Amino acid sequence: MTTSPLAATLPAAINPWVAAAMIAAVVLTSTTGEVLTAAAMKSIGDLDMIRAHSGLKGAIRAVVTCPLFYAGVFFLALAFFSLLFALNHLNLSLAGPATASLTLVTNAIAGKIFLKENVDRRRWASAVLVCVGVYLLAH
Amino acid sequence: MPKHSLSPRQYLILGVVAVSAPLGDSCLKRGMAALPPITLAHPGALIAAVFTPWVALGIALLIGFFASYLTALSWADLTFVLPATAFGYVIIALLARFWLGESISLERWAGIVLITLGVGFVAQGPSLTEHPAPEEAEAQDVETR
Repeated sequence: MTTSPLAATLPAAINPWVAAAMIAAVVLTSTTGEVLTAAAMKSIGDLDMIRAHSGLKGAIRAVVTCPLFYAGVFFLALAFFSLLFALNHLNLSLAGPATASLTLVTNAIAGKIFLKENVDRRRWASAVLVCVGVYLLAH
Repeated sequence: MPKHSLSPRQYLILGVVAVSAPLGDSCLKRGMAALPPITLAHPGALIAAVFTPWVALGIALLIGFFASYLTALSWADLTFVLPATAFGYVIIALLARFWLGESISLERWAGIVLITLGVGFVAQGPSLTEHPAPEEAEAQDVETR
């Protein structure tokens, strides 16, 4: 993944604005995907209960017949490919941890605004701690 | 006592979410690194890669991850599930340290401590935001007036 012919043809130094835009694209698409997927699962209801009631097939049917689920998967796939694209151009030790950790904070913001989740001080603190922690651990 | 405490089964699902994602990634990395570089000129090589043991195991783990992640999101908040699952990085780093004998730098230890603290914070709170049904919310509005 890191030694693609495309990366070899690019200049070694990349404009920091371009790098930031690539990381922002990954963070935005992945946050959109996570929020849509979470909204889809909330609209379906407790999957464990559905499975207890109508079996694994029923649970799978509940998921694959939900249009929001496909919207979520579409953006998650988009996030995956933009991450691959970013990894092709940027240093793996920058792009990987930066996107993984930033996504935690953007998800907390999006979860509060769009999913109306109760992001209290405890959850903000946790999002920031885990964000810094993931960066340090994966760097 | 938080209103939405989780059952042991639900903790188990969160555990699967946490561990299967980094394990699956590692399997994919190991499998793909063992193969010669794949270019877009020969996409067939990518299909063949799917059937090599490590890549297949990685894909199976990631399918398991996605199924348990969706299940977790059906009964818990996104802002609860994500930090809780980040704990998987810590489990994998500690496994690598004590099982494979890899060394962990001071910086990575600091990361482990921060993630553990963050997960501890979020795990103490409720796992699901209570959204009152529209009529209930109206009734509450009337009560508070």
